[in-house]
Amino acid sequence: MLGLDKKDTTLLIIVALLTLGAPFILNPFPADSAMAQFNAGYPDLMQRFVIFGIFAIGFNILFGLTGYLSFGHAAFLGVGSYSAVWIFKLFTYNVLPAVALSVVVAGLFSLLMGFVSLRRSGIYFSILTLAFAQMSFALAYSVLSNPRFNLTNGETGLQVYADDPQLFHSDRLPDLPHLFGLSMRATYRLDLGGWSFDFNAGYYLCAVVLMAVFYLAIRIFRSPFGMMLRAVKSNQQRMNYTGLNTRPYTLAAFVISGMYAGLAGGLMAAMDPLAGAERMQWTASGEVVLMTILGGTGTLIGPVLGAGFIKYFENIFSKINDNVLHGWFGFLPDGLEDAMVFLVHPFIGKGWHLTLGILFMLVVIFLPGGLVEGGQRLGRWIRRRRGGKDGEAQRKTEPAE
Amino acid sequence: MGILEVKNVSKNFGGLKALSDVNLNVRENTVHAIIGPNGAGKSTLLNCLVGKLIPDTGSVMFDGQSVLGRKPFEINQMGISRVFQTPEIFGDLTVMENMLIPIFARRDGAFRMHAIESIRNEAGVIEQAEKMLIDMNMIDKRHMHAASMSRGDKRRLEIGMCLSQEPRLLLLDEPTAGMARADTNNTIDLLKQIKAERDITIAIIEHDMHVVFSLADRITVLAQGTPLVEDEPQNIRGNPKVREAYLGETA
Repeated sequence: MLGLDKKDTTLLIIVALLTLGAPFILNPFPADSAMAQFNAGYPDLMQRFVIFGIFAIGFNILFGLTGYLSFGHAAFLGVGSYSAVWIFKLFTYNVLPAVALSVVVAGLFSLLMGFVSLRRSGIYFSILTLAFAQMSFALAYSVLSNPRFNLTNGETGLQVYADDPQLFHSDRLPDLPHLFGLSMRATYRLDLGGWSFDFNAGYYLCAVVLMAVFYLAIRIFRSPFGMMLRAVKSNQQRMNYTGLNTRPYTLAAFVISGMYAGLAGGLMAAMDPLAGAERMQWTASGEVVLMTILGGTGTLIGPVLGAGFIKYFENIFSKINDNVLHGWFGFLPDGLEDAMVFLVHPFIGKGWHLTLGILFMLVVIFLPGGLVEGGQRLGRWIRRRRGGKDGEAQRKTEPAE
Repeated sequence: MGILEVKNVSKNFGGLKALSDVNLNVRENTVHAIIGPNGAGKSTLLNCLVGKLIPDTGSVMFDGQSVLGRKPFEINQMGISRVFQTPEIFGDLTVMENMLIPIFARRDGAFRMHAIESIRNEAGVIEQAEKMLIDMNMIDKRHMHAASMSRGDKRRLEIGMCLSQEPRLLLLDEPTAGMARADTNNTIDLLKQIKAERDITIAIIEHDMHVVFSLADRITVLAQGTPLVEDEPQNIRGNPKVREAYLGETA
């Protein structure tokens, strides 16, 4: 289907089902039950899952295929957001031109950054990209925000004000980002028994975009270009002596991943029309590295899983507080209850980073291939338990990934 | 007229004279061996031919065109392929993919943004790669990771990758270094077969005299960065200068 083989088609269908069904899948607990705080099916968070998924898919095209580890991809995310908000300010709240401009501007910006940074490889490349991103952050935070030339609105962040021109805006259209009149905040709530599910227009726009760019990523992975990128990672010397110029290959991968990041940034602004410099900070660049490694570097679905995993922890674990813990351990005798709460306390709320850090270490040590490797091992284990011979034969015919 | 003409090439590394005034003429469709004791400058010379090093003086002409100042990938696109001392292959990729890459490189040039069409649909390229794998007698290993093969197989694959580009000149840098006797003999047989079946010029750097004398049509002996003598194998054996500089030491 769509020019993909059976395995890739299955993968695409899985991603489609996951994204389209997310409002159900992420809300497994009734709204008023004690477990409801583990529900992640609210529009805001679902949008973030998908947007960071797009970001990570793009990052993986660079890092997973060529092995060039960029520590500056948040710069493209930020540039994308700023571009989109400028479209909102000057022309229209329609998200289509805004997101399109985000991709173009991020592409141009990554062309510049890649052209300079790709002169070096390994750790030097990483440091160059980091330096670039931090310079962009400084530019956005202070330099490009002065009374005479205010491009980024500095600390406050760029947002749409009532006196902005908005040339193509009319009163009939919603006063928020929209797609030809359909507000991105439009949400339909479905109540089923104790459960409630939110279907949000903005989320579904992001989900459709995710499926499209995931499909594009599959095509890139399976193309001669994708193979060349893996060859760059494997042996640049051999590439050079095989008549291949590695520089344009790495630059193309860099720009593609920059455009993915710009797309993610543009969508972020489309969901919530403001852009701040903190989006470009190096911690944000580090986050996408974590997502990719956690999910499975160089695999197709890994980055999406990693993005979902980290965003889930960030938003759900950080909301658990001591009161909630007391509720959980309430069945224990008083002293023991307090002791348990005391023990678990550092890992929740603001301590969610600690939990994430431990999980990250466990994954890297025991599952170097990330969550995807975990899934593969689980699959193999299940197959081995069900009729050993079938599983054995299947494993042998599986082509090496 | 030789296909490769090296004239008055010198190369210094600081105070060390690696090559001084080297002349070399490789004739088309011959196997030309370059031998010499350790430190004679064989590898430096080779690196000057493929664009890794630029000589201080002199000229290197391939088929009437200068290679000097060109990057390795450009020189390869001119028709020179190089086999390394330790096999340089794409270890993380499968054997089949290893074979596909040089064929794509030959067809599409140094760079082509070929990002949407699947490799599966490139029937012509796949067919060529399969044919070369059959020629190299490793079609049954096509799905293996290249890094997991034995050294002899890696060498065979590397030679196959170079041949699939149909180069006019194949450079071999000690192709049997560190190989067991059986693997060495296999490699000799493979190279003999290539020589017999293809329109190709081979320049080979080698330590192993057995390999040199079973393959070479002409031999250049390098010693301390200067060519001592260039002649046919039977004359090299008896040459007293060569004996003194090279064979004498090992005899």
